Amino acid sequence: MNLKLKKGFDINLAGKAKPELAGEIISEIYSFKPTDFNAITRPKVLVNEGDTVKAGTPIFRDKKNEQVHFCAPVSGEVVSITRGAKRFPEEFKILADKEIQYVEFPKYSESDITRLSKEEVLEAMLKSGVWPNLVERPFGLVPNPGNEPRDIFISAFDTHPLAPDYEFVFKGQEKYLQAGVTALQKLTKGRIHISIPSGNSSIFKSLTGVQIHEVSGMHPAGNVGVQIHHIAPISRGEHVWTTTPYGLQQIGRLFLDGRYDSSKVIALAGSEVIEPKYYEIRNGISIAKLVENKLKDTNSRIVSGNVLTGLKVSKEDIIGFNHNLISVIPEGDNYEFLGWILPTSKKLSFHRAFGLFSFLSPKKERVLNTNMNGEERAIVQSGVFEQVLPMDIYPVFLLKAILANDFEEMEALGIYEVLEEDFALCEFVDVSKMEIQRILREGIDALQEA
Amino acid sequence: MKFVRDTLDKIKPAFEKGGKLEKLHPAYDAFETFAFVPKHTTPKLGAQIRDAIDLKRMMMTVIIAMIPCLLFGMWNVGHQHFLALGNLEASFIDKLIIGAWVVLPVVVISYAVGLGIEFYFAVQRGHSVNEGYLVTGMLIPLVMPPTIPWWQVAVATAFAVVVAKEVFGGTGMNVLNVAMTARAFLYFAYPGDMAGATDVWVYTGGEKIVDGYAGATALGIAADQNTTDALASFGSFFSFENLFIGNVPGSIGETSALMCLIGAGILIFTGVGSWKIIVSGFVGAYVMAALFYVIPGGNAFMAIPPHYHLVMGGLAFGVVFMATDPVSAAQTEVGKWYYGFLIGALTVLIRVFNPAYPEGIMLAVLLMNVFAPLIDYYVIEANKNRRIKRLKLKIA
Repeated sequence: MNLKLKKGFDINLAGKAKPELAGEIISEIYSFKPTDFNAITRPKVLVNEGDTVKAGTPIFRDKKNEQVHFCAPVSGEVVSITRGAKRFPEEFKILADKEIQYVEFPKYSESDITRLSKEEVLEAMLKSGVWPNLVERPFGLVPNPGNEPRDIFISAFDTHPLAPDYEFVFKGQEKYLQAGVTALQKLTKGRIHISIPSGNSSIFKSLTGVQIHEVSGMHPAGNVGVQIHHIAPISRGEHVWTTTPYGLQQIGRLFLDGRYDSSKVIALAGSEVIEPKYYEIRNGISIAKLVENKLKDTNSRIVSGNVLTGLKVSKEDIIGFNHNLISVIPEGDNYEFLGWILPTSKKLSFHRAFGLFSFLSPKKERVLNTNMNGEERAIVQSGVFEQVLPMDIYPVFLLKAILANDFEEMEALGIYEVLEEDFALCEFVDVSKMEIQRILREGIDALQEA
Repeated sequence: MKFVRDTLDKIKPAFEKGGKLEKLHPAYDAFETFAFVPKHTTPKLGAQIRDAIDLKRMMMTVIIAMIPCLLFGMWNVGHQHFLALGNLEASFIDKLIIGAWVVLPVVVISYAVGLGIEFYFAVQRGHSVNEGYLVTGMLIPLVMPPTIPWWQVAVATAFAVVVAKEVFGGTGMNVLNVAMTARAFLYFAYPGDMAGATDVWVYTGGEKIVDGYAGATALGIAADQNTTDALASFGSFFSFENLFIGNVPGSIGETSALMCLIGAGILIFTGVGSWKIIVSGFVGAYVMAALFYVIPGGNAFMAIPPHYHLVMGGLAFGVVFMATDPVSAAQTEVGKWYYGFLIGALTVLIRVFNPAYPEGIMLAVLLMNVFAPLIDYYVIEANKNRRIKRLKLKIA
């Protein structure tokens, strides 16, 4: 399917990562945070402080979704388990071995994988730690293996600001990507859909057993939710799973190499990074190690993920489980005299209201800071969210239904088809400065619990 | 700049929680954020960067779009003043001075009363002062006749802000356009000061009007005498060109279709006003007027050529500045086409068939404000039905 999206907005930030792998970053301590996942409410801790684990040893489980094991990303000693409210385990810290030991899982050749049964694939994926790379829609959950997905969708490009270039990251990894696809095929009676940017040659085109879609357009064209909406939208009662090429790679390694190898190539990017490049890391690496000696000496904010959907982190935190980018941008905690009316071409705006001249140079790379550029207000403007959301959905009405806690209305207006990332641009362009992604998440959570 | 910042920082503690003037925090906040964009940064999770726009800048854009109407209105008040007195030699500056003398106090009163009430409600409710009134405060003077008594401006503003807006919860929650409500209030409460007689539309300063000066508005004459010949009897005074340029009597800011079009250009270019509403508003009026024009018989008003309807009275001003108020208009893009079209069509319908209200735009906008949620309702239902249909197809 060829998909041409007309709506959206590209945010062109300064400090894109140079396509150059600058090596591996190793940390003494790695962490795992159950809080990286949505709606985990009945946690069960499987290790104690002082236990030694291997990469792939289960350390944690959700009693609501018992078959899924969350596993240690590295081998070593569990040095601390931090608990929060109601003794919820918020962080597992592992002091890593110099040489990583792996739990041995069965190894298969590429053709062997084709012959595996659904049960064998499920068993391997659920136990080894690769399963949480999958996301279930609606609601954005770690999938329940009992909900057979109608289809599985993978977006093979990321249109977020500063996002890593998958063509660079996964060059030479085709074998693992293909093995991942072959395994996933066992899990659905539907199809594996992979979207690539239209017009370019792509390493993903060589994958077999998949339906390739070429997508063109501005961000959020790369969002898997937007692609699903146009290819085969999710209705009530249906489940669709998604993953990323990172997920495919890890699943592929599990079957071909017989290990849970959480290493991945991520981008360290943004205007406050001295030399933005790609680095190889393992899940749960500390931010301090990751950015060590790589940042400019400025007042900056480190974001795990991209600047539209990410999480502000401190050096004591870790990179998010599903994040493959660390963005570093200037902190905007300063006053600006008459900043609400002075003309500017530096600050980026989707709008063209008086004095906002960024539309004259849409291609220009910009340095944007974290200032709100205004205060929260009542909803006044209409018709703008629709211009950055290429979906047949009325975002303002959906948000109002959420604020009114009207479940039927949320369903009718299509809440099953969206996750926070799809509304991130709405949050960016919003004149009223609302926390739109938070509101949407509250609606999704309320509906999921109901 | 630094001095302002220092002063603000120095008095700030008094307005914060636990301070002596804690209750007045919204008022302090309004002034502080007017001088400086606050140093608030984005929350921990979600969009870490935000667009440069805020409500203040959006509202200022609308005010800038109204400036041509305001300046022309001031000149025209002076122009009509000297015409009525038979002084054809008055200079441009003289006209502007007289106009400013008449118009500026109305603007000041509107802002003083309206913002006063906004601040009062903000302090009472403990929320920040919204910028919505910046636009309303300019719209109200522009839809008043030049001779409007100042106390009436104050009463109408207070009525509109309290009854049309604050009782609904303030900016963003109102059903009716606030400025139109102010005008409607005066129109029905003090009709003698809002319509008809010559002394309403022309500021005379107490002097005698010379014979032969029209004084009334084109709409008033057409409605009163029920004939287009009446307009023609004033020679070129009510020609299409003059009506388009706007050097005719009328409310302060509404007479010039040209200035309204410049404003429309600014609103459309900046994306602050919906081009769909503006275009469909004019189309609606033209189509309705053309329909009446080709139907034989009927009343004489129907014989007015359709393009005259677009430049007479407040249609242009209403369609460009009132109908596009995003809060009281339809909120869906499809709905905006219907909303605008119906405003234009209803305006002409009211003009032609209801001689008691020669100015149709006011009632048309208020009526459609009420119906806008209904239009949206049907557009949204269609969206929901597409989803339900898809589900049914799957199950079947």
